[in-house]
Amino acid sequence: MSGNVPSVRVVEARVSAGQAMWAVVRRDLRSSFRQRQDLLNPLLFFFMVVTLFPLGVSPEVSFLQQAGTGILWVAALLSTLLSLDHLYRHDFDDGTLEQMVLQPQPLFLLVLAKSLAHWLLTGLPLVILAPVLGVMLHLEGNSIAVLCLTLLIGTPVLSLIGAIGAALTLGLRAGGVLLSLLIIPLYIPVLIFGTGTVGAAMEGAQVQGYLALMAAFLVLALTLAPFAAAAALRISLSNS
Amino acid sequence: MWTLFHKFGSPKWFYGIATRLMPWLLVIGLGLLLAGLVWGLAFAPKDYLQGNSYRIIFIHVPSAFLAQSIYIMMAVAAVVTLVWRMKLADLFVQAVAPVGAVLTFLALFTGAVWGKPTWGTWWIWDARLTSMLILLFLYFGAIVLGSAISDEKASARAVAVLVLVGVVNIPIIKYSVEWWNTLHQPATFKLTEKPSMPAEMWIPLLLSVLGLYLWFGWLACYRMQTEILQRERRTRWVRELVRAEGH
Repeated sequence: MSGNVPSVRVVEARVSAGQAMWAVVRRDLRSSFRQRQDLLNPLLFFFMVVTLFPLGVSPEVSFLQQAGTGILWVAALLSTLLSLDHLYRHDFDDGTLEQMVLQPQPLFLLVLAKSLAHWLLTGLPLVILAPVLGVMLHLEGNSIAVLCLTLLIGTPVLSLIGAIGAALTLGLRAGGVLLSLLIIPLYIPVLIFGTGTVGAAMEGAQVQGYLALMAAFLVLALTLAPFAAAAALRISLSNS
Repeated sequence: MWTLFHKFGSPKWFYGIATRLMPWLLVIGLGLLLAGLVWGLAFAPKDYLQGNSYRIIFIHVPSAFLAQSIYIMMAVAAVVTLVWRMKLADLFVQAVAPVGAVLTFLALFTGAVWGKPTWGTWWIWDARLTSMLILLFLYFGAIVLGSAISDEKASARAVAVLVLVGVVNIPIIKYSVEWWNTLHQPATFKLTEKPSMPAEMWIPLLLSVLGLYLWFGWLACYRMQTEILQRERRTRWVRELVRAEGH
């Protein structure tokens, strides 16, 4: 049992919350870099979903320019959903998660750290890949820049809200599909504002206000979602 | 104060109260509902613009009203579940979620039926229609999550967290959907023009709203009682109750 279990370093009571969060982020990053395929899958999925639209609907420049932002946003949303199932799965299976709940540091901070790691591993690569796909969908330079900015602000919100759903469905048999059902309605505002901002930029409007609203979503998610996710984690762990 | 609180949370106590309350709720609720519907559907004056088709408002508005307030009630009960672990509260959440989903569906369905003659289309991506649709999704989520977790306590608390997350999101969803709609296409139609409604129209409407609320109260009691009997089937009072009723 003990030999190959990836262990959380034993955190003593005097370790500050910040240090504990940093340890969680570092550990999550390290363990995913050791399984690179898991890192690549959401990105490949993102790429392929985007490819389906020119093939399935129309490769015409005018259509792609109009629908491009929506396609990219929906694809980013779906690939985040896909990767969420892994957020706690490994830690849950090997018991790390229970140790985390027992830590003296507040659980919501550790959950916040895990969401951050999740974003670094899935959201950020999507943001970096988005300009390439934007060019392929014939978006203009300015709107690509705004699109990336909205994704940069929006994808952390997706990770944070998703952490709640992943915690609620932890250890359930049909977890993956169930997770999507619970989370998609909550993603709708982010999607609306994400695509709406780029739409406004395309029409030449000022986008600062829209971006500020998206940032407000991010602040709201940062402050509230970890609490809900931590509560959900405790419930799921008490159940298993 | 605390003894009252505990008494209030006890399923047995609730069962007794509900048994006494339910006939009233049912009779008055159905009475009001029938009065409102018959008045509205048969006797209220025609709308000068929409003719008879507007009459679906007497079903549409009450169900939409209730669909939204059931979610709010569920959220209140969810807080009670999480904070005080009151059994009744989680019974309530699980008992009324399907009712809320059905009423939301009914509101959407009657809206579509109403939309066809008035707007010429079954569905438009109007802000209010869309946010009702998302509300339906939220109900589905609560129902599905509740049935996926087999442990009663864990299931109740997980659903409570989900409902609370949903209720924080509802205003955000509502405003963003409105914003989205006005951005892409200005609102072509207003769903209801309430102020211009004469008394012969709004009184039956009010009656049917009230009736539906009371009827919902009856249904909630009924469903909670059934659930209580199932969960507490091993306790003495339930056995005695069943024996007394001679089943």
